[in-house]
Amino acid sequence: MSARPFLAAGDLAPAYDLAVVGAGPAGLAAATAAAGAGASTLVIDEAAGPGGQMYRAITRIDPEVFRFLGPDYWGGLALARAFQASGAGYAPGATAWSLAGDGSGLELGVALGGEARLLRARRVILATGALERPMPVPGWTLPGVMMAGAGQIALKSAGLVPEGQVVLAGCGPLLYLLATQLLAAGARVAALLDTTDPGQWRKAAPHLPAFLGSGYLLKGLRLLFKLETSVRVVRGVTGLQALGDGRVQQVRFRTARGWSAMAADLLFLHQGMAPEVHLAGAAGCGLEWNERQRAFQPVLEGDGRTTVPGISVAGDGAGIGGAAVAELSGRLAALDALDAIGALDPGRARLREPLRQSLRRLRRCRPLLDILYRPADAFRVPADDETTVCRCEEVRAGQIRAAIALGVPGPNQLKTFLRCGMGPCQGRLCALTVTEMLAAARRADPQAVGGFRLRAPVKPVTLGALASLPAGPDAYFAVTGELPPG
Amino acid sequence: MFRKIIEPRAPLAFTFDGRPCSAAPGDSVAAALLRAGIGAFRTSAPGGRPRGPHCLMGACFDCLVTIDGIANRQGCMVEVAEGMAVQSQHGLRGLPGGCRE
Repeated sequence: MSARPFLAAGDLAPAYDLAVVGAGPAGLAAATAAAGAGASTLVIDEAAGPGGQMYRAITRIDPEVFRFLGPDYWGGLALARAFQASGAGYAPGATAWSLAGDGSGLELGVALGGEARLLRARRVILATGALERPMPVPGWTLPGVMMAGAGQIALKSAGLVPEGQVVLAGCGPLLYLLATQLLAAGARVAALLDTTDPGQWRKAAPHLPAFLGSGYLLKGLRLLFKLETSVRVVRGVTGLQALGDGRVQQVRFRTARGWSAMAADLLFLHQGMAPEVHLAGAAGCGLEWNERQRAFQPVLEGDGRTTVPGISVAGDGAGIGGAAVAELSGRLAALDALDAIGALDPGRARLREPLRQSLRRLRRCRPLLDILYRPADAFRVPADDETTVCRCEEVRAGQIRAAIALGVPGPNQLKTFLRCGMGPCQGRLCALTVTEMLAAARRADPQAVGGFRLRAPVKPVTLGALASLPAGPDAYFAVTGELPPG
Repeated sequence: MFRKIIEPRAPLAFTFDGRPCSAAPGDSVAAALLRAGIGAFRTSAPGGRPRGPHCLMGACFDCLVTIDGIANRQGCMVEVAEGMAVQSQHGLRGLPGGCRE
């Protein structure tokens, strides 16, 4: 029997053994494992239903849409059902906006139903998943230019199929998956403009044997074959522009034969994923640059422990690995949390080693995928000065280059010069580009360049919600100058 | 721009800038607007340029709209409710009633 979801932050318990942020594959697996062992567990998630982006809307999708999405999606149903039956508390439509540790445990800021609360948790597992890597090309701010993930979400959560001239551009498994899902749902994909750098095949080849051992080969081949036989695929695309008046109307692209143009009503962009590390970073967890995946990820040890005691990270938020890796790493992080609070029985303890082995096997597919689909330099560091880098504040590549030439020491100083990264998305759509632009200009290691400083609130919270925080005696005194009555 | 695979049996009615629109129960405001053929939800604060959803997962904040008088709501994160009044946003938002010195 599934528990009733929480609708307001005030209804949440003040303290939990384990708080899990995110209800994708990692978060669901973690919460199910922890609640099953008797730990008081709460899952906080932004979406209206469990599943994350991978299994978006899995519990409420219409069967007519469900059938277009393929076995990788269908697999999420069992995970979501197990979670719903686990006894874990569930706060959908909620925002986890802060996380901090002190000597006595962890404090998690949650906003839900217009109220905010600071919850205590003995352990926190961040299963915040991934964001798509921004693909800053000229015209990418035009309406109708969306990320590939948005195309999937429209299909999964609302049964929407793109109409008209649909163009896909970029590289990586998700783009190819979206193409086949759209075709299955009856969309007409006019072209897939593949920006994969052909030179990466040679660099990826040494990782082929490991990939073969990961079990992903057949799946990948099936996907590519289906694509090859049903869509116009243009390979070797080295330049891309979206043009239009008020919305995208045309896509221009460059290959070895020069520039070509085609009409477009929708353009879906994708060039890989990057861990969503805002909450981990704001909590003070150490981050490190993953050179192969070209993104920052939390410094982890063991089964996902960060550098802050009590906080673990599981799933794509720990480094991109996909849904199967996320599920296993979520379970392992939960078993580790149970161990830390003295609630791990010998039967569950014995599960850990086989889980770790499966995880190692699944992760073998990544080096080949990461290297083969490494986004080309031109799409990570925009060459055209007019290209918008920071969408919120409309800061262009040329402005950033000029500030770098002035000697701006790093991303955080760049912010104060240009407001780049200071809009509502808090750098989610420009931080990687800024770090890579600085690293390229200085010929420096992105690790040394660093990223924007991440701070709470990591997502906007209304003042009304903050004002609803229960005021303790200290807060009462700070405002009134008097001790609380009674 | 987008079509719906299954038409809802009991659609919800809402408005965008006064124009009648419909949505299936559970649809986000952003999804319902896209389906209505509306690609631009707002104009940007710095440059007044048209913007619409880019990520549909709560990260990009490009789908900001005013919903029932409350500005800067993420269209992709709010589900349509019967009778909802959604409005496009142009430039920066102020406080209701303006700012007082």
